[in-house]
Amino acid sequence: MLTSTLNITELLDNLETDIRQQIALRRLNTPLLIGIHSGGAWIARHMHQRLGLTEPLGLLDITFYRDDFSQIGMHPNVKASQLPPHLEGRDIILLDDVFYTGRTIRAALNEIFDYGRPNQVLLAVLIERNGRQIPLQPDCRGARIELPEGQRIKLTGPEPLAIEVQTLACAA
Amino acid sequence: MSRHLQLTENGKLKHFLSIEGLDKALLTEILDTAESFAGISEHQVKKVPLLRGKTIVNLFFENSTRTRTTFELAATRLSADVLNINIATSATSKGESLLDTIRNLEAMHVDMFVVRHALSGAAHFIAQHTAPHISVINAGDGQHAHPTQAMLDMFTIRQHKKHFEGLKVAIVGDILHSRVARSQILALNTLGVSEVRVIAPKTLLPAHVRSMGVIPLHDMDAGLKDVDVIIMLRLQKERMNSAFLPSESEFFRCYGLTEAKLALAKPDAIVMHPGPINRGVEIASSVADGSQSVILQQVSNGIAVRMAVMTMTMGSRGGMQ
Repeated sequence: MLTSTLNITELLDNLETDIRQQIALRRLNTPLLIGIHSGGAWIARHMHQRLGLTEPLGLLDITFYRDDFSQIGMHPNVKASQLPPHLEGRDIILLDDVFYTGRTIRAALNEIFDYGRPNQVLLAVLIERNGRQIPLQPDCRGARIELPEGQRIKLTGPEPLAIEVQTLACAA
Repeated sequence: MSRHLQLTENGKLKHFLSIEGLDKALLTEILDTAESFAGISEHQVKKVPLLRGKTIVNLFFENSTRTRTTFELAATRLSADVLNINIATSATSKGESLLDTIRNLEAMHVDMFVVRHALSGAAHFIAQHTAPHISVINAGDGQHAHPTQAMLDMFTIRQHKKHFEGLKVAIVGDILHSRVARSQILALNTLGVSEVRVIAPKTLLPAHVRSMGVIPLHDMDAGLKDVDVIIMLRLQKERMNSAFLPSESEFFRCYGLTEAKLALAKPDAIVMHPGPINRGVEIASSVADGSQSVILQQVSNGIAVRMAVMTMTMGSRGGMQ
């Protein structure tokens, strides 16, 4: 898909369809939807409503679990994760806005496992882009795109949700 | 000097030795970072992996179970390895110099020293002479500074009062010997409180205390009127080398915090004490255990604040080894 044709509503529709299929295929039982701060949380709020999930939405801030602390140090404005105290045996849908290197998801999984051992984790993202660095990949997506090196895709929001393609200089 | 030593070239915290020289933005960053860590102690797994693989040495040349324990808990909750050096049986007691002790520990590839020492300036001295990749945190030096205690007090005040502007704070008791009071006064003034009063007999106030930006008072009733925060201090008898007081009972009668004296402050005033408390000497049990006391919250907050300072100092350099 070309970045110029990305449309938020279409992406959300595609993602919803994909997640519904996976919930049925993998027989997820009263899944807990967890959005990753901040873009993932915005998408998760939409998806929680669309899917009509009964469990309260979970929110995750992965700052304390990032693998680049030694390079970039501590970010002072960490949002507290809001998760049930026990995730042992739960079926989880983990949701982020953009899947790029895979490191954010690695950090998120590490944090989730500190709350207990879930039964299944389904990974859903609004957009999957090229540039994967570790062996993780999404199960569900709104779209898959190719971006040249030095560009990144950024979600702005929460209302209205919009997608921007930024060059690395202004993405810093 | 202090600012130069404590900060990196890009203004990040490298060592934490004193409140002196640090601006409001940096103190606020410490409080905000501590806020982020405050919930971790309530998790099932009370750990985050930020300092995994790092080694932190608690170098306590002076006893303090509470401070050392909270530093140790802070480090372990950040997944660091902690080494507690028992000074009583360490090489310094066998004649080795402080610098040789530091050099030997550096050779064991440690990443941080948490230093408590009876001599003022000990932490500064170590920070000046240690390898560039090592951070030093002052856990109390002589009568000079106890910056993490001051910051956990600021954190506790902010939890209850939301803003520092407009607050009136009274610090009561042995100001003369208190490194905590010095750090608290610097932090309160930097964060912008309206008024800091220090209440003590003349013998327990430093000579030029007014130059620290406080109002000195010797009368408890006048001093506590309409204050938002009361910080009681311990009588540091171990640092008193002459008679500063007629008696402890006389001190309690004049300067001890009782329910009657507390009633002079604002109705929602909070009562603080850095501990350990001497019941019936500087504070009545009914006040220490009363509804306005936040003394145990201070202890809990000590862990989050020390986690914040450890991560800020350790994460201040790109490409840290």
